[in-house]
Amino acid sequence: MNEASTETVLSIRDLNIALPKGADRALAVEDVSYDVKRGEIMCVVGESGSGKSMAANAVMGLLPKGVRATQGEILFEGQNLLAMTEKQHRALRGLKIGMIFQEPMTALNPLMRVGAQIAEVFEAHGQFNAKERQTRALELLIEVGIPQPEKAIRAYPFELSGGQRQRVMIAMALALEPILLIADEPTTALDVTTQAQILELIRDLQQRRGMSVMFITHDFGVVAEIASRVCVMRHGKIVELGDAKSVLQNPQDAYTQALIAAIPSNAVPPHRETSQVAPLLEIKQLNKVFRSRGGWLKPAREVRALEDVSLTLARGETVGIVGESGSGKSTLGRCVVRLEHPDSGELLLDGVNLSQLKGDALRRERHRVQMIFQDPYASLNPRTKVGMAIAQGPIANGTPKAAALKQAGELLDMVGLGASAVERFPHEFSGGQRQRIGIARALALNPELIVADEAVSALDVSIQAQVLELLEELKQRLSLSLLFITHDLRVAAQICDRIVVMQYGRIVEQGSAEQIFLAPKEAYTQDLLKAIPGREAPVAATA
Amino acid sequence: MSFFARFAQNRGALVGLIILLVIIAMAILAPLLFPESPWRMVQRPFLPPLSQDGFPLGTDTMGRNVASGLMHGAWVSLLIGLVSTSVALLIGVPLGAIAGYYGGWIDDLLMRFTEFFQTIPNFALAIVLVAIMQPSISSIVLAIAIVSWPPVARLVRAEFMSLRNREYVEAARLVGQSNTTIILRQILPNTLSPIIVLASLMVATAILLESALSFLGLGDPNVMSWGYMIGAARTVIRQAWWLSFFPGVAILLTVLALNLVGEGLDDALNPKLSRER
Repeated sequence: MNEASTETVLSIRDLNIALPKGADRALAVEDVSYDVKRGEIMCVVGESGSGKSMAANAVMGLLPKGVRATQGEILFEGQNLLAMTEKQHRALRGLKIGMIFQEPMTALNPLMRVGAQIAEVFEAHGQFNAKERQTRALELLIEVGIPQPEKAIRAYPFELSGGQRQRVMIAMALALEPILLIADEPTTALDVTTQAQILELIRDLQQRRGMSVMFITHDFGVVAEIASRVCVMRHGKIVELGDAKSVLQNPQDAYTQALIAAIPSNAVPPHRETSQVAPLLEIKQLNKVFRSRGGWLKPAREVRALEDVSLTLARGETVGIVGESGSGKSTLGRCVVRLEHPDSGELLLDGVNLSQLKGDALRRERHRVQMIFQDPYASLNPRTKVGMAIAQGPIANGTPKAAALKQAGELLDMVGLGASAVERFPHEFSGGQRQRIGIARALALNPELIVADEAVSALDVSIQAQVLELLEELKQRLSLSLLFITHDLRVAAQICDRIVVMQYGRIVEQGSAEQIFLAPKEAYTQDLLKAIPGREAPVAATA
Repeated sequence: MSFFARFAQNRGALVGLIILLVIIAMAILAPLLFPESPWRMVQRPFLPPLSQDGFPLGTDTMGRNVASGLMHGAWVSLLIGLVSTSVALLIGVPLGAIAGYYGGWIDDLLMRFTEFFQTIPNFALAIVLVAIMQPSISSIVLAIAIVSWPPVARLVRAEFMSLRNREYVEAARLVGQSNTTIILRQILPNTLSPIIVLASLMVATAILLESALSFLGLGDPNVMSWGYMIGAARTVIRQAWWLSFFPGVAILLTVLALNLVGEGLDDALNPKLSRER
């Protein structure tokens, strides 16, 4: 890292940002002060709702409607950004301050070629003529390391992968050589290996250009990879502020300590006894191909989502399916619960072949395998009361309504929400609580196997740890088996007995969690492990 | 909070409900206040409003009492609007739900059937149907329902297509709920908002469609309706404004009231909105 000079680029002083009336708290950000110095990467860390993005939005003048700064100032090169007119502010955006967003899918215009979108940045600030803009755009694409830049400049966003799109976003942010780059969770939507590459790129560019970076993230692993200084936020206030090294190794505040403790920084799973019992689930040679209908001028497309996948899962065991997006891990889970129909192969649950069942026969067997879904906001019907959402499974299987509702109350109690939750609607609960409701719903039918598809990926780290704990406890108590699908190896390390690594629809490697983490055989597994942010050393990497 | 209390939180909805109740009261009280047939000629024609006691809204081209016509007409217009919309919903919602939920060839079949109705202009089809079946209230209601269900089917189909792969629907499939239960319990309640909005507009269109049919002389000859009154008064609109004005205002208020009530119903049925306000 460049030795951070003492020159301050951005200085936030006693900032208060008020939320509109009726929000869950009065101030999104309260008495926040921090500086970003020239040539440093300042990480702002916090969980959702901590107000970490609000200050950045204020810097860019992008505060949502009804939200405004009520106190304090934001000094950028000596000018107070909060006192600026919209026109002055606009001149600064892009030119002096660049920004990259979380979702590379939605941050680019889907109908505009990549080159034109980058050129537009120059155009907005009236720089260069059309031809020069194109050359500049190409130079930028080369600089951010897009493969085949001459081709990429003519591509539409949908033709690029998530990581490539994020590189385009970075190119756009860097176009006018800003002094300050604001990155709002730029790697959260990406796979772990892509995330590692993008972090590397940001660090590299920052050094080459001597920029300052304000990096907003929820992930302490990412902080360890990239930060020179850290600001930890909670409920709109700064909890801890300091050097990355000292905050990570010697956190002073209890909250920071808890956050760091929630991530096993070296991701080594605890040793678990593996007892050999009869397998509950046997998957043999499972195949699934997705076909898109071709047209007159377009050939039909085939995606092999699963290719000869075989694995077994013992009673009471937790098997993790790990892989990046497109590896077929979710398709495998959906085939096991039979939301998808596999093309060929066998799915033996206690000797019964589920893969070929249809209609009513399938409906009768469904209760044996249940699923916990990824998105706690989409997996509950907004118009159904929580108790009913849980009870509808038993009701569909013949339990009388009153008994089913009573059982729902008991289940809600078991997952730690209290039986009174029965009468409430899903929107009254937080993400973590909703995931608990999802777990209660999956348990309502006394299943033998539960498939958890990215069940904790949408949750904050501390909530994630609680939900994982709950799953572990329930598993022990009810002697359940779990098929745990995740992209996050750190989560897999915490809960899985055995791990199966998938890539392009095939199983690359499988073994006990310890084996996979400590002695991975395949190169791909090694790459995945290497890409876990903050794994090697929980300290800012020194250049 | 009770259903009505949630409904009443939306002030517009309450106003709409009051207007609607007044109109319904008018329809019910009409035979008591004006026991004579609204078709009877009772005074000299073209009497302006408030010019003579007993004729607050004046008389029409034939010397019939406009106030009496307005009150008796409320009954017919409301009946036609509500019944034909209900019939259209009864055809359109199930068709759209089945097409959207099952997809594939079922969807193709049902949608081609729907398009068959959409290719013929609404009004032309309604005229033909009424002419074939003989003008009467029931034939008019049926004709209006038959021409107005396709948009409902298309709307419901689109909603079902976007909702059928939601995680909560998949969860319901996983716990073994039957397709019928999933359609009725999981998806249909979540499509209510757009259906209610569309239905309140359909009542309005139905009232107007009936007016147009009456204007062409295809109305039920035995009943007075607002549409007939406007139709009959069009030729004299410059001499006697009140003949088309009052029934016109009545239609406007009814449509407005229905829209407001529809919006209020939607708010009251939506658990999220009702608790956050």
